[in-house]
Amino acid sequence: MRIKPRNASDYALIAFPAGMLALFFVVPFGIMITVSFFQRVQGAFYEPAFVLENYARFLSMFFAGILGFSLGLAALVAVICVILAFPFTYMLTRQSRRVQVVWLVFLLSVLSLSEVLIGFGWSTLLSRTAGITNLFVALGLMETPMSLTPGFGAVLTGMVYQAFPYTVLVLYPALSRLDPTLVEAARTLGSSPARSFFNVIVPALRNSIVSTLIMVFVFALGCYLLPQLLGRPSQWTLSVLITDQAIYQSNMPFAAAMAVFLVLVSLSFVALALLVGKREHTG
Amino acid sequence: MEIVKTGVSRRKVLAGLAGGSALAVAGISGFPGILRAQTKTLKIGTYGGYFKDSFDTHIFPEFTKATGIDVESIAQPTGEAWLVQLEQAARAGQAPADVSMIAQASMLRGASAGIWAVLDAAKMPNLANVKPAFINKYADGGVCGVGAVTWYITLVSNTDVIAETPTSWAELWKPERKQQLGLLALASNSFLLDITAKTHFGGQEILDTEDGILQVMDKIAELKDNVQLWYRDEAQFEQALKSGEIPMGQYYHDVAGLAAADGYPVRSTFPQEGGINDAGSWAVSKASDQLDLAHVFIDFMSQPSIQSLLSRKVGTSPTIDRAATDLTDDEFASVSSEIDPIIPRYDIYLEKGDWLAQKWTELIVG
Repeated sequence: MRIKPRNASDYALIAFPAGMLALFFVVPFGIMITVSFFQRVQGAFYEPAFVLENYARFLSMFFAGILGFSLGLAALVAVICVILAFPFTYMLTRQSRRVQVVWLVFLLSVLSLSEVLIGFGWSTLLSRTAGITNLFVALGLMETPMSLTPGFGAVLTGMVYQAFPYTVLVLYPALSRLDPTLVEAARTLGSSPARSFFNVIVPALRNSIVSTLIMVFVFALGCYLLPQLLGRPSQWTLSVLITDQAIYQSNMPFAAAMAVFLVLVSLSFVALALLVGKREHTG
Repeated sequence: MEIVKTGVSRRKVLAGLAGGSALAVAGISGFPGILRAQTKTLKIGTYGGYFKDSFDTHIFPEFTKATGIDVESIAQPTGEAWLVQLEQAARAGQAPADVSMIAQASMLRGASAGIWAVLDAAKMPNLANVKPAFINKYADGGVCGVGAVTWYITLVSNTDVIAETPTSWAELWKPERKQQLGLLALASNSFLLDITAKTHFGGQEILDTEDGILQVMDKIAELKDNVQLWYRDEAQFEQALKSGEIPMGQYYHDVAGLAAADGYPVRSTFPQEGGINDAGSWAVSKASDQLDLAHVFIDFMSQPSIQSLLSRKVGTSPTIDRAATDLTDDEFASVSSEIDPIIPRYDIYLEKGDWLAQKWTELIVG
């Protein structure tokens, strides 16, 4: 049963979080949208105005390509993370509490690493002079050590590494709440462990999987340091170019326009995913 | 439902986190505020990392000893990131630093936006030492910046990997340098347009027109196969250069010299076409209320003895006439060169900045 709030004091409870959300999210976002219409002053900064040229500049094949790559990369990171994290989290929830806690603390400690540390760490790990290929050479698997960074593989590795703990933490509550009798029933009816995993567990948690995919996708879309540290220029995402405009060209209006565009595109992708998920659910 | 039984509850972890961060905040912001009330303090921004460390160790203590003014040293990011912060601070009326060291392109941008305080030359007698080219002025003649140091971007290489000392920027275009180069990622901080124009087009005049710039960019496009790393952050390239992972590229002469002095197999060469010579100026944020102390500081930094100290300890080249310093030939040679430098065409980076940045991104990324 749902209890409706009756008077103002019932709403007071949510006033604080709502206020915080307005102060630290809505207001800055509003400023960003405002700035995206401001007039760029070449050789200086910008001045208040209402112009569309910042958006017009963005509408080109060049930026379409970058946007496509950024969305594709974020989607790939999300899919890989969920493919890796779903079975991992499932197995984790079957362990004893002590083992689970150790793993979760370990994952949280990975979360505490900054993007800079992760970027520099992986660039060393994948380097020719000090990286893992030296280990492969020592084991006789490779002839000579080689450089694996910068490149697409390095960017993908770094971003998956960064997003993996989030993925596990988002999936964990749903998987730990999963009724174990579902699997027991499937097994009793003669289903193999793999078959019961794919035919029972995965469909039962479809909504969690979709929401996790969306969350990791959005998280990966905002990543700007790793593509810059581990990628070649062709792997620089839209977020990298936004940073360049904001920080190195002092062109806030154009950076803001690109950021607004990125937010709109990712929101529409999220909406699309939810719509598809809902239809499947009801249909 | 199963109840979680562990040694550490979530609540305790959260409480611990909150307590820890509260302590950290107090450590950062609380105590210096108390001290500031009693003494004269000037907030001075220099580039974070090695540069700031050298100032903290060798330069600021001398200033405090001579004037009694304490220095709160602020690490500022390279590039225009700091300029953006100062600009927003000027709008808000709060200065993250009173005096900052600002590169020339940023000085000009800041001047056209009017974010620098006007300085009073009469309060700084030592300004007479500084070469006129290194005094930044507003259009109406008001002084808005004073040359602090100059530095060079030179051709650097790892001596273990590249045995022969390169002599020309043309070395970058050689086929055997495939995937061996580290270059700065942006038109406005790499000055590769200036370097390429001087090396392959007989001078920087070709940069006068957009057609000329595009021709130069075509030549730069030939470098793409050779470049392993387009870096924005010095630290990214420094490590790779020291280890030989990326054995050649463009880099700051002063930092490369220090790495060499620390025993790393790194050499910095002034190519025959000249190194890129850029300068950092002291500029005061309009939002600062410490203009008087800033005058004292800038005057102090313009003394010949301090300019010499900067060359010896920070590895930068003086902004005053060499004859006025007491640097020996060897000391001067280690921070500068007899070869005519390439002075960047700051005008094009400002007047055509957005067009240039767009073409440059398409060149590098495309």
